Amino acid sequence: MYDTGKILAFIGAFVVFVSTPFWSNFGKAAFEPHPKLPTQYKECVESKEFMRADHMKLLRLWRYDVVRKEQRIYVNSKGETYPISLQNECMRCHTSKKEFCDQCHNYVAAHPYCWNCHISPEERKGWASKESLKKVSTEEASSELPASHH
Amino acid sequence: MGAVFALITVVAFVLVVYLGVGVAGLHFLFGVIIPYVAFFTFLIGMIYRVIEWARSPVPFRIVTTCGQQKSLSWVKRNPLESPYNNFEVALRMFLEVVFFRSLFRNLKAEIKGRNLIYGSYKWLWLFAILFHYSFFIILLRHFRFFAYPVPKVIDGLNQLDAFLHIGLPHFYITDALILAGLTFLFVRRLADPKLRYISLASDYLPLFMIYGLVISGILMRHFFKVDVVGVKELTMSLVHFSPKVPQGIGTIFFIHLFFISALMAYFPFSKLVHMLGVFLSPTRNLANNSRAKRHINPWNQPAKFKTYCEWQEIFYEQLVESGQPIDEDCPQVKERKKAEGAE
Ligand code: HEC
Ligand code: HEC
Ligand code: HEM
Repeated sequence: MYDTGKILAFIGAFVVFVSTPFWSNFGKAAFEPHPKLPTQYKECVESKEFMRADHMKLLRLWRYDVVRKEQRIYVNSKGETYPISLQNECMRCHTSKKEFCDQCHNYVAAHPYCWNCHISPEERKGWASKESLKKVSTEEASSELPASHH
Repeated sequence: MGAVFALITVVAFVLVVYLGVGVAGLHFLFGVIIPYVAFFTFLIGMIYRVIEWARSPVPFRIVTTCGQQKSLSWVKRNPLESPYNNFEVALRMFLEVVFFRSLFRNLKAEIKGRNLIYGSYKWLWLFAILFHYSFFIILLRHFRFFAYPVPKVIDGLNQLDAFLHIGLPHFYITDALILAGLTFLFVRRLADPKLRYISLASDYLPLFMIYGLVISGILMRHFFKVDVVGVKELTMSLVHFSPKVPQGIGTIFFIHLFFISALMAYFPFSKLVHMLGVFLSPTRNLANNSRAKRHINPWNQPAKFKTYCEWQEIFYEQLVESGQPIDEDCPQVKERKKAEGAE
């Protein structure tokens, strides 16, 4: 082999780059998200499998139906009806954003901007209390929200 | 013909996964074994290729130059087009790898009437840049499936790429750009008869495999949704070497995964090795200093020869006898003179 030193450095750099997913996780405990499911309800708006994969598309449809068509009732695949509302319907059963939605979203680094305008159950609890107002109105707090514009 | 063969191959890939995962339920084979085998084929294959290249002697400086080399001090030289030392080589290489500088000079040749005409043609450069950078950014963005917590830079890159906020989940700009790049690279081969003639299946297959990879990815994000949390549990288990395939991930994900596995396994054996090969091209990575430095051919055998002095020494007596001139500068002659003087 010629230029052995340079070649070995080159191969080393390549191996380090390509194997990043392996060494960067070495020795770290595996984490699995556990969204806390509602106890007093058995079924979601649609099947669990559908909700896991497609809930953002469902929410998009809901938004469209309300904002564009003024249609406030959702009929699911079984023919059951649900009032369309993120804040008052989804969160009626899923009573915590932090222990439910955020569990998954933090895991995959998803940043739904719904909560820039909608109020999460956590926020509502301390609604109008002095601390919560301080928290929401500081610039620092608002800069942490993802950008939004529908 | 090549394009048809490549197309059939890619369609066969999809069918294999559809039957293997969708029908036969071989999740572990397609979710764990094939990806691991493909990854290590890629890693070892690429290292092997680099070592093979490094074992080939390049005794002479075969740099492709297109500028004045270093010469007398008053001759204006061009350090980028004819690098003289390693620093200038590195500079030239950087521009080549990062900006595809030599491709920017690409010309188009066409026969117009009775004349062969060369014209500027930057499209190839533009779409090649779009394609490669989009691919690289998508690759970096995908790192969010291989790290927890997801690094800020990767997260930021994802948000930046999706900043148009079109659709939900947001559409990524690089997805459109890579499709545009791929489409140009493909159509270019078909549209030009000269290029079509020299294009082989091995030119179309990488394109089609990347098409398959990108299209399956886009379908999975926007149309046939999969359980992304399940996907990440799978990828994280792979990098922790404790593989387990969660239930209920859609087949489209396994098609995507099979395309990247096939691409990785194919990489070291295909033209795609140019990813590392560009760095080891002797026409690019050498300094053009043949005139200043002597580069000795490493496979030269030590030649058997006699110098004039050695020859003269053997026939010294005969030469003197027959009155031939003797080269007095030879060390052997000086030795003789010294020995005679000492006597
Ligand atoms: C009537 C109460 C109810 C409403 C309203 C409701 N959910 Fe659910 N949701 C549930 C229950 C119960 C489950 C668990 C289902 C199961 O285990 O089969 C669930 C499951 C889910 C899951 C899957 C969680 C997991 O870990 O697999 C998601 C995602 C989800 N819901 C999102 C939503 C969204 C978004 C809305 C609003 C559009 C919503 N839900 C409205 C009760 C509800
Ligand atoms: C089972 C895990 C899980 C739960 C629970 C969950 N989500 Fe999601 N959510 C995801 C995943 C995964 C994505 C998509 C990430 C991706 O494709 O990048 C997502 C994406 C979204 C998006 C689209 C945002 C984007 O940028 O792609 C919205 C909106 C959303 N979720 C709303 C909710 C709401 C509201 C809740 C709580 C009621 C919720 N989700 C609960 C897993 C979950
Ligand atoms: C370099 C190789 C790869 C390329 C070019 C590629 C390309 C793509 C593209 C274009 C998308 C559409 C959305 C986006 O741009 O993020 C996508 C999505 C996706 N890819 Fe890949 N992919 C590659 C490798 C992988 C690997 C190795 C995995 C996991 C094992 C993977 C898993 C996924 C998943 C889960 C999605 C859906 C993301 C979502 O819904 O948000 N990809 N891919």
